[in-house]
Parts: sequence; C-alpha cells; structure tokens
Amino acid sequence: MDFSYTEEQQMLQESVLKFVQNQYDFATRNQIIASDDGYSKEYWSLFAELGWLTVPFDEADGGFGGCAVDMVVMMEEFGKAMLVEPFAGTAILAGRLISELAEGEARAALIRQIMEGGLQVSLAYAEAGSRFNAASVRTTAKVEGDNVIISGTKVAVLSGSGTDKLLVVARESGGDTDRSGISVFLVDANADGVNMHTYANVDGKSASEIRLSNVTVPSSARIGVVGGAIEALESAIDRATLASAAEALGAMESLLKKTVEYSKTRKQFGTAIGTFQALQHRMADMFIECQLARSIVVMAAMKMDSGESTSEKAKAVSAAKSRVGKAINKVGPEAVQIHGGIGTTEELDVGHLFKCVTALEMQYGNTDYHTARFSSL
Amino acid sequence: MNADYTAEELAFEVEVRTFLENEFPAEYKAKVDANIRLGKEELTHWQKILFKKGWAATSWPVEHGGPGWTPTQRHIFATELGMIGAPEPIPFGMKMVAPVIMAYGNEEQKKRFLPDILESNVWWCQGYSEPNSGSDLASLKTAAVRDGDEYVVNGQKTWNTYGQYADWIFCLVRTDNTVKKQEGISFLLIDMKTPGITLKPIVLIDGHHEVNEVFFDDVRVPAENLIGEENKGWTYAKVLLTHERTNISGVPRGKRRLKALKRIALETDDGFGGNMLENASFKTKIAEAEIELQALEYAELRTLAALSVGKAPGPESSILKIVGTELAQSIDALFVEIAGNHSLPFVPEQFENGFEGHAVGPGNSAASALTYFNNRKLTIFGGSNEVQRNIISKAVLGL
Repeated sequence: MDFSYTEEQQMLQESVLKFVQNQYDFATRNQIIASDDGYSKEYWSLFAELGWLTVPFDEADGGFGGCAVDMVVMMEEFGKAMLVEPFAGTAILAGRLISELAEGEARAALIRQIMEGGLQVSLAYAEAGSRFNAASVRTTAKVEGDNVIISGTKVAVLSGSGTDKLLVVARESGGDTDRSGISVFLVDANADGVNMHTYANVDGKSASEIRLSNVTVPSSARIGVVGGAIEALESAIDRATLASAAEALGAMESLLKKTVEYSKTRKQFGTAIGTFQALQHRMADMFIECQLARSIVVMAAMKMDSGESTSEKAKAVSAAKSRVGKAINKVGPEAVQIHGGIGTTEELDVGHLFKCVTALEMQYGNTDYHTARFSSL
Repeated sequence: MNADYTAEELAFEVEVRTFLENEFPAEYKAKVDANIRLGKEELTHWQKILFKKGWAATSWPVEHGGPGWTPTQRHIFATELGMIGAPEPIPFGMKMVAPVIMAYGNEEQKKRFLPDILESNVWWCQGYSEPNSGSDLASLKTAAVRDGDEYVVNGQKTWNTYGQYADWIFCLVRTDNTVKKQEGISFLLIDMKTPGITLKPIVLIDGHHEVNEVFFDDVRVPAENLIGEENKGWTYAKVLLTHERTNISGVPRGKRRLKALKRIALETDDGFGGNMLENASFKTKIAEAEIELQALEYAELRTLAALSVGKAPGPESSILKIVGTELAQSIDALFVEIAGNHSLPFVPEQFENGFEGHAVGPGNSAASALTYFNNRKLTIFGGSNEVQRNIISKAVLGL
C-alpha cells in the first residue's frame, strides 16, 4: 500500500503547478476565453514541449504511459486554475478513443500529431436525445461504394474553432439505442456538409453543435471495426469521466481555500465572519467533502491502472463521479453563499469556479446517472 | 500509487481469516448475526481466546505484550474481525485506560494493571461525562480532595457504559478549583467495590440497559491510584481521546451490513409482485451508501498510509468519525425501511442474551428500529460530531 506519488508524478505535478502559477492567472484566463480561438495556441505548443500531451498515451505509442494516476495529478492542477485548453477533449477523450480503436499507420500518425501539439481532435458522440447514453446514436453512416455518407446532429462536442478533426460516432445498423452497429469516423472539421456552431460553455471552454449533412468520407476514415465501437467509446468516456472528477476535485480545493481565506478577512458585526460557528461547521463540511472526493478519485484511478475487469473499472469510475458530484453540489453553492453577494459577481474568480464545478457535475453524466450506473454494473 | 498488500500482508490476511473462522465460536457468530448481544462471560471468553493467540491488544507495544504489528496489520485484523462480525475487545481497558497507564503511570501501576487488562481478567469502565459536562468535558465537578494517603471523591458521573460489569473505573476528577478548568483535573483509578459507589441504570430508547449513572459519596481512594501528576489529567485524557477516534470509521462492519441489507432486500416483497432490491428508490439508496463506504474506506486507507510512514494521527480522525458514524446511521435507517411494518414491534428482550420466547417478525426485522434508536449515540459520544467539526475548523482550516 502506497499513496504517495512517484518521483515522476511529483515532477509532473510541479511542472503543471509552476505553469499555472506563473502563466495562468485569472486575468490571463479571461483574455484567453475572450480570444477568437477560445484557447491559447501558444500554450498548447508549450504543453507539447513540456511533454504533457504524451501523458494519456501508452509507451508503445511513444507516450508517457497512459497511467490514470498521472492524468489525475494533472487534471487536479488544471481544475484549480480553471484551464480552458482542450486537454481533456483532445488528449484524453479523443486520444484514448484513437488508442482503443485505430491501427497501423493511421494510429501512429494521429497519436504522434496529437502529442506534438499539431492536431486538435474532438469526439462528437452526444446527440440531442441521447442524454448520457453513449449507445444512443441516431446519426447515420451509409456505405455507398468505397464511401460512407454521414448525416445527423451532434451536441455538446468539446471543440472550438481550432478543431482540425472530428471523431464522429455514427450508426451503421440497428435501432436508436442498440449497442451494436455503432462506428467511429475521422472527419475533417471543414469537410463539405459539416456545419459547426461554436460557443462557450458555462465553464468558459469552447463547445460546438455540429450538423452533418451527407458528409462523404472514404471508408478508410472508419476507425476500428464496422459497428463495433461501443466498448471502446465507453472506455474512452470513462477515462474522461475520471479526468473530469479530478478536475472538479482541484476546483473544489480552490473553492474551499478561497472561502476559508475570505471568511478570515471579511468582517461583519465587528468580527471576521470565520469566527461564526454557523459558518465554521459548513466550511468543515466542505473540507470533509473534498477529502471524500479525493479518496474516491484516488480509488478509481488506482483501479483504472490495475488488472481489474472493464466493468469493475467502469463501476469505480461511476462511484467516483457520483461521489464527486455530490461533493460539487455541496461545495459549489456553499462557497458562493459564504462569500455572499461578491460570490455572485463576474469580477471574482469564486463564481467562475462555481460555474466550472457545476459544468463538471453534468458532463459525462451527472450524480444520479452515475449512481444508477454504479448500481447496474 | 497502489492499495495492494505486500505478499507478507496477504499471507497475514489469510492467517487472520483462518484463525477467526476456526476460533470465533459458532454460537457467538449466530448470536451476532441474529442481533443478539453477547454477555459479559461470552465477551470475556472471546477476548481470552484472542489473548492466547497473542492478538488481544493489537495496538500495544511488544514490551507490554502487544503483537508488534504495523498499522497495516492492525487494519487487516480489524477488517477481518468486522467482516466476520466478531467483536473488537471492549475498548475501555485495552484502548482507553491502558495507553494512559503506559504513557503516564509509574512502574508499579504498569505491573499492577496492565497484565490483567491484557488477559481480560479485569473489566474497566469510564468515568468522564457528568450531568452538566458533556461536550464541555473540562467543566467537570466530581471532586477528589486529598486526605493523607487518600483522595476523598464526591460527585456524579454519567453515560458510564457497562459499569454494571466493571471491576474498575478510570475517572477524571477535579483536584483544583482555583485555576483554569483544564488545569485542575486529575486522572484517578478507582476500584468499583470501594464503599460509597452507587450505580443507577439508565435505560435507553431501545430498551437496553447499556449505561449508568455513577454516584460517589465520600469514596476513599488510595493516593497511589493517581496516574501521573496531580492536575495533569486533562493532558492525559486528550491523548486518550485521540486513540478513541482512530479505527472508528467502521468500514468492515458497514460492508458486512450492506451485504446483509442487499440479501434481505432481495428476499423482501415490495407488495407489488417484485422485490425491494429492484425498487428504484431503495436501490438508489443502497448504491449511495455503497459509494459513501468506498470513499470512506479510501479516506481511511490514506490516513493509514500516512501512519505507516510515521505521521501522527491528526485531525483526519475527526473526518473518519463524522463520516463513519453518519453513514452507520444511514445504514440503520435503511434496515428500518426494508423491515417496513416489521420495524414497529418494540420487543427489546427478544435481542437480549438468553431469550427463549416467541420471536416477533421475520429474521431480525424487529431489531432494526432498536439499532436505529440505539445508534443515535454514535454521533454524540467520543466527542460529538459538532465538536469534531470544531476541531476541523480550528486545527485544519485555522478558523
């Protein structure tokens, strides 16, 4: 039993910490969100230089190892700083799906380009009616000769105007929610028939609604076997789900820290509000929530890196997302409440951290969804 | 980072499990499974079995007869005990007074008291709380006045657990009224047979006589029974309270109870042709409890890992106490819910040792509400959960 980080993990953590402390303050973040791309290309290149983009990938693919604990270490620090660059979307969600499905030269090229920072890939799986079920796919893919014609609408895609490629999840056979018949296609973001409407999410990250109207790709654009992508898709989403839980953990730690600090300086009735027991106990509860969230994220990451079965791993991820979601629903609103009016303003970072954790609670399935999934696995 | 046991630890786990399967009397296990309390003789007999194996006082140092285990070994042992349902040794002697005697008692006191605690020859009870000193324990008033070679003790203690079984009581008594309240308290050991001690039972809302009021009326105690220095008792007691809060999360017991709950839910009709394990709302509650238990388990393992590298138990133990007790109460509520109508009978005698009458309700269903009521104590004793939140506020958050 050993709950300490390895030397490599400590170095990774320090590297991220140094970056966010020196180069990613709240004002910088706001400027990045307001920019045309919605993220910093300069920083993305820096991430590649620092080797961060290799972290989600296996050593055999030239990556850092694809270890879930490494990912958790990084995501927690990103969460504290509310980083908006599409690390999770490109390197983890799309990256892991490519690792699961792609083969041969295409695999090597895609992974290399992502790791080098030269390629932004977004996974387009969710649809208006799919809620959190990855197998609910109405977007169709019809084979015509050597081509495949894709049509449908995707929502909540984690991508911005800088996205180069889309991994489109489409149905080749079966009913709307059948687990078989689902394939993944690599599509150029600017291909004919692709209509992307990009906006910012409540957490400041870019997202898109994508309409695909008779988008024609060669059948070689299919990644993986015909109609057999669901397990790989769910596995990649599980990775990203765990990453989102770790990101939320970091943001909650920030909220707790800022709330405690504020309560020590804000004076009402002639004394710091942190001296009031009514508030002290609520902050103690926020601390407990953060500790339980950390414990279960650690559990899920260790299970992810172990030899457990896929369903045990999925169960651990759902346990983590459910418990972290519960913590979010407590820590987020309480941080704002204890700050009072100032916590509701755009000016202060606390309100933005609240928005970040609120988004993370919903992404990849909310608390209730993951409680039910835990129960069913 | 990993939560794996080493090969030695895995072997130890097997050794403990095998021992418990063979040596924890089947008759006792049947009683535990049926929610029937074990009596004094049975508990003592079980502790003597552990003593013979050398596993009675697992947290004691080797020099006093402890097994010299690592924190991980102690964790494994506690887990296996909890999973099979075997009781942990009654804490008052081994976990509460003994560490104080070891740390602050003189050589003669160590020789006189520790071996009998280790061998379960003497049953200890606690004399801390008073009617007007609960969470504010340091305000206690029971007075010990020095008279030659004796102290004369007058006052009243309460919430004294199983004093009716006890041979000795360890007390916090006031020896100085003129100083700050924490600085006038002493730690005194008193033979329960001393003239002037009267016990009055307190029956709790579950119908069980678990605790007592203890009255001291001119009780003469030899001064040699004072532990350490006069007026230093509060310092000693604080150390003890930290011990009381470790190993309190109750994860193994929670696992065992959730397993039983799921079995009962599967066997319980929902009244509409299905069973309660398929009931959407109940299923969600079970899942939430299981997830909370996993979070708690890893919170405990993280604390354990810190202990293993020599860090002292800090305010983390407060988290384990708060979350562990609140989760235990949630699980109690689920047992009441699953029992439905069968939770209503109030027949506490059915779960007392030696009951032979007509048993009401299927299985232990009539025990569910009793346990729910009895376990209100969990969030109150050992420093109420509100006091634990005060500790976190001050010691961790610096408020």
